[in-house]
Amino acid sequence: MRGHLGVRFAQVIPTLLLVSIMVFCLQQLMPGDPALVLAGEERDPVVLEQIRHELRLDQPLVMQYFHWITNVLQGDLGFSWRIRQPVTELVATKLPVTLQLASMAFVIAVCIGVPMGVLSAVKKNTFWDYLANGIGLAGLSTPNFWLGIMLILLVSVNLGWLPPSGYVPLTEDWRQSLATTIMPAFVLGNAISAVLMRHTRSAMLTALQQDYVRTARAKGLSEWLVVIKHALRNALVPVVTLGALELGTLLSGAVLTEQVFSIPGFGKMIVDAVFNRDYPVVQGVVLVTATVYVMLNLLADVLYVLINPRLRGA
Amino acid sequence: MSAATAPQAANTAGAVMAAASQSPARLAVRRFLARPAAVAGLVVVLFFIIVAAFAPWIAPFDPIKTSWTMIRKAPSWAHWMGTDENGRDVLSRIVFGARASMTAGVISVTIATSVGVPIGLLAGFAGGKTDMIIGRLVDAMLASPFLILAIALAAFLGPSLQNAMIAIGITATPIFVRVSRAATIDAATNDYVEAARALGNPPWRVAVRHVLPNIIPPVMVQATLAIAGAIIAEASLSFLGLGQQPPAPSWGSMLNSAQRFLTQAPWLAVFPGAAIFLVVLSFNLVGDGLRDALDPRAK
Repeated sequence: MRGHLGVRFAQVIPTLLLVSIMVFCLQQLMPGDPALVLAGEERDPVVLEQIRHELRLDQPLVMQYFHWITNVLQGDLGFSWRIRQPVTELVATKLPVTLQLASMAFVIAVCIGVPMGVLSAVKKNTFWDYLANGIGLAGLSTPNFWLGIMLILLVSVNLGWLPPSGYVPLTEDWRQSLATTIMPAFVLGNAISAVLMRHTRSAMLTALQQDYVRTARAKGLSEWLVVIKHALRNALVPVVTLGALELGTLLSGAVLTEQVFSIPGFGKMIVDAVFNRDYPVVQGVVLVTATVYVMLNLLADVLYVLINPRLRGA
Repeated sequence: MSAATAPQAANTAGAVMAAASQSPARLAVRRFLARPAAVAGLVVVLFFIIVAAFAPWIAPFDPIKTSWTMIRKAPSWAHWMGTDENGRDVLSRIVFGARASMTAGVISVTIATSVGVPIGLLAGFAGGKTDMIIGRLVDAMLASPFLILAIALAAFLGPSLQNAMIAIGITATPIFVRVSRAATIDAATNDYVEAARALGNPPWRVAVRHVLPNIIPPVMVQATLAIAGAIIAEASLSFLGLGQQPPAPSWGSMLNSAQRFLTQAPWLAVFPGAAIFLVVLSFNLVGDGLRDALDPRAK
C-alpha cells in the first residue's frame, strides 16, 4: 500500500510542474503586447518600457517562468491589474464562497444520485430502472445555466419562495445563506447526481452478483438488509473515489452557476477577470483550480486504497 | 438425431452461417437500429443538421433584423416563439443558432480527434518513454477542469466563435489521446498485428494500416459524446460572452440576454435552452447507442 501511494505522490510533482508551465504559457497566447493592455490609454514609450521591465517582459521566456514559479511557490500568484490587490488575497476571499456552494451541491448530488442508482440496479429492466436512467440522461444533457434560469423563473419569479440571486455568508445569517445557496447548489449538483447515479447502478449490479450477496440471501436476511448492508457497502468503494473527483468538476460548473445567481465566488471572479482583461487573476484561478483538482485526484486514490480492504493489506 | 431436432439444428446452423457472413459494420448497424432511443436520437440529430444546413430557407424571418414595433411579443401565429428585446423573431434566431452550435460541436471535435488520435496512437504503439511523456502531458491538461481551461483559452485568444471552437477543441484533445492510446494498446496485441510485424512492415505502416482501423469504433463513440459536450461548452462560452458575438445568433448568447427579461418575456429563456437540451440529449442517446452497437461487451 505504501509503495502504491508513494508512486502516486511522486507522480503529482511532474504533473503540477507541467500544469504550471501550461498556465504560464496561456499568457503567450494573448494577442499583442500585455504592456499595452496594462497601460490603457497611456502610450508613452517610456511608460511602456517601464511596465515591460516591471513585468519582466524584457527578459527571456525561461527567466520569466522561473521568476513566476518562484513567486508562486512562495504563495504569491501575482497582482491583479484591475483591482490592484494580490491574486492570492482575492482567491482566499472568493474560494470559501465556492467551497460552500460545492459542498452543498455534493451533498445534494449524493442524496439524489446514490438512491437512484441503487433503485435502478435493484429494479433492473423495470419501469423504475428506465425512469432513473431517463432522469440521469436528462440531467447530463441539461446545461446547468439553463436549469438555473428555469428554476429562477419557477421558484423565485412565479412562486416567490426563494431569492433569485445574491449571497449571504454563513457566518452572517445561516438561514439567509441557505436560502440564497440552495437553488444554485441544486443546479450544480444536478449533473453530478446523474454521473453518481450511473456509477452507483453499475457498481451495484456487479455487487449484487457476488457470492457474499448470495450467501447473505441464503442466510435468510431481508432483501433490504442484503441491498443496504452487503451490496451497497461494497458498491460504494468506487463511488466514493469518483465522488472525490467530481468535487473538482463542481469548481468548473460553479463558473456558470455563480454567474446566473450573481454569487460572488471563485467562478464569477474568473469571468469578471476575463472581461476586465485581468490576466494574472485568470492565470491564478486556473492554477489554483488545477492544483485542487490534482490533489483531489490524489485523495481519490488514497481513499480507494484506504476503504478497499484488499488493497489496504497489500 | 431425431426427426424433430434435425430441422432445428439446420436452422441454428443457418443462423450461425448468416451471422458469420455479415460484416461487423452491418452487425453494428443492426444492433444500433434495434435500440429505439438511439434511433430517435439520430432522427433528432439529422433534423438539426438539416435545420443548420438550410437555415436561410427554413427561417421565416431575418434573424438579425430589428423591429422596434415588435419588441418582446409573446408567441403567436406570426411569430411561433415570440420576439426578443430587439423585435427579432426568436424562431429564426434559433434556426440560425443551430448553425453555430452544430458547427462548433463538429469542428471542435474534429480538431480534438485530428490532434488527439495520432498522439494517442503514437503513445500506445511506441510505449516506453514516449508513452510516459505523453501521459504526463495529458494528465497536466486533464488536471484543469474542462470549462475553466476553455474559458481561459477563449479569454487569452479573444472572444469569437472561431476562438471558442479552438479552445473547446484543445481542451477536448486529452480525452481522445487517452481513448485512442488505450484502444491502440488493446489492438496491438492482436495476432494480425504480430503477423504484419513479422512480415517486415515498418512500425508506422503497422500502426496506420493495421492498428488505426481497429481503434475507430471507440473513437467514434467518444466523438459522438464529445459533440454533445462541445455544444454545451459553446453555449456556455457564448452565454458568458466568449463565443458567438452579437448580433449573430447563438443559443447561449440568447439565454444570456433572456436573463434580463425573465418576468416580462419568459419565452426568451425557454426555447433556446430547450433546443440545447434536445440536441445534447439526442447526441448522448446516439453515443450510448453506438457504444452498445460497436462494443456489446461494454453494455
